[in-house]
Amino acid sequence: MLIKKPADIKSSEITPKELFLNRREFIASTAAATLTAGAAIWGLDMMRPAGRAYAGEKLPNVKKSSYSTDEKQNSFKDITTYNNFYELGVDKGDPAENAKYLTPTRPWTVSVEGEVKKAKTFDIDTLMKLSPLEERIYRLRCVEAWSMVIPWVGFPLNALIKQVEPTGNAKFIQFVTLLDPKRLPGQKPGIFGNVLDWPYTEGLRMDEAMHPLTILSVGLYGENLPAQNGAPIRVVVPWKYGFKSIKSIVKVRFVETQPKTAWNTMQPQEYGFYSNVNPEVDHPRWSQATERRIGEFLRRKTLMFNGYGEQVASLYKGMDLKKYY
Amino acid sequence: MIARLKPFIFLLCLVPFGQLAYSAYSGDLGVNPIDFITHFTGSWALIFLIGTLAVTPGRRLTGWNDLIKLRRMLGLFAFSYASAHFATYLVLDHFFDWQAIGKDIIKRPYVTAGFTAFVIMLPLALTSTAGMIRRLGKRWQKLHRLIYVAALAGVIHFYWLVKADIRRPAQYGLVLAVLLFYRILVNWRSGITKSLPGRPVRPPKRIIPKNTPNLFPGTRPDED
Repeated sequence: MLIKKPADIKSSEITPKELFLNRREFIASTAAATLTAGAAIWGLDMMRPAGRAYAGEKLPNVKKSSYSTDEKQNSFKDITTYNNFYELGVDKGDPAENAKYLTPTRPWTVSVEGEVKKAKTFDIDTLMKLSPLEERIYRLRCVEAWSMVIPWVGFPLNALIKQVEPTGNAKFIQFVTLLDPKRLPGQKPGIFGNVLDWPYTEGLRMDEAMHPLTILSVGLYGENLPAQNGAPIRVVVPWKYGFKSIKSIVKVRFVETQPKTAWNTMQPQEYGFYSNVNPEVDHPRWSQATERRIGEFLRRKTLMFNGYGEQVASLYKGMDLKKYY
Repeated sequence: MIARLKPFIFLLCLVPFGQLAYSAYSGDLGVNPIDFITHFTGSWALIFLIGTLAVTPGRRLTGWNDLIKLRRMLGLFAFSYASAHFATYLVLDHFFDWQAIGKDIIKRPYVTAGFTAFVIMLPLALTSTAGMIRRLGKRWQKLHRLIYVAALAGVIHFYWLVKADIRRPAQYGLVLAVLLFYRILVNWRSGITKSLPGRPVRPPKRIIPKNTPNLFPGTRPDED
């Protein structure tokens, strides 16, 4: 009997990529020509609508990684139209629509400071050459009990850490997102004030930050990161709930005490500093025992540390994870 | 007039269902369809609850008494959308995982509130027939005052489930508060006139200038 294997096609490849890449090139070149002519008259503001200039560009020399999962990946569309990025709007579809305000994400710098011997401000293009780019296909588990499988492109955060030489006082790292209500319109206060205390901040313990699974991501599906996914550079920590993986960072600060983090500040009983994926510790308002993998009908069981326990469980040996949730 | 409009309004009330069916048919329910259907039906259940509660103030303010003929229909649509919402939770979200559902209802305040609203609406829908209205007599109105509780529980359900952005539940809450406050005000006003012994109080003329629209018919002492 012949048992057919299901076609192993990435959803992103079903749409003929060349077709829309060509179109994009055409649009980009037309836009560029128009803009060059128009720039003198319309002023620099007109440079903005070139829009997707950086997102969608193929990244060169991306290596495969043994840390990748071979699970079925979510499509490019899933990953880029269903986002929690409150700075670009609170509904899942908003960030894709409002991505235009943040793009292009050049120029962009990331300042690395605090308890380090070599504090430095990196230009994004320098940063991207700091370490060979790798494809890391990770599970992402959102605190809202849905999940995806995402082929990130990036490099280990520890490559950056080694560059700046932390001092003995560096026990934690804090990350800070860009603060610019013009480019991140969600940062404008609404009638109830700010949804979160902007700019968005996140943090990791030093050993978590040094862990080889923790990456700085600059791409997705082999291309530059789209704005709604946290362009031009973001953190990805696959064994923690998604909100720990902070987007569009401009500052990395090495500190001695546990830093302030955005969701924890806003609702400390609901969002802990650690926020490791843990099916046994529920969010106070909903269960974390199961999750819906986007694209699947039945819920699946949530795995301890999002299935990365073998690699990271030792970081939390002896810790009461119900207390340090 | 209302009798002629009613079929159109009925169809209008079906539009969200149609929209949902069409989106499902054309594969346009977004990346997380179950989430989408849940939020969609839940929102419309709340909107229809609020619409039902707007009928009485609407009648009083416009003097268009026939509006009452729409109330049962609106209420039943609220119940229909709420049922669709509950069915989505039961079937699509948890696929009859009774244990998980039971735990959810007991342990999760927002689920408890939503479930309460739904359970309250059940007897209201069942006693909405002309026969039941006749049979229950005065008790019917008492029973159907439970809609206030259902609407409140519905808004609280929504408020308790959002993560940080409370704008939308706050909007529903505000409209509901206005509708309930209106009733309190009307009751209070008629309470004043009723509770005074003896002859009806006649305030000196001109306190209420002529041509002032009467927001609370039947409550102004110098009316008629």
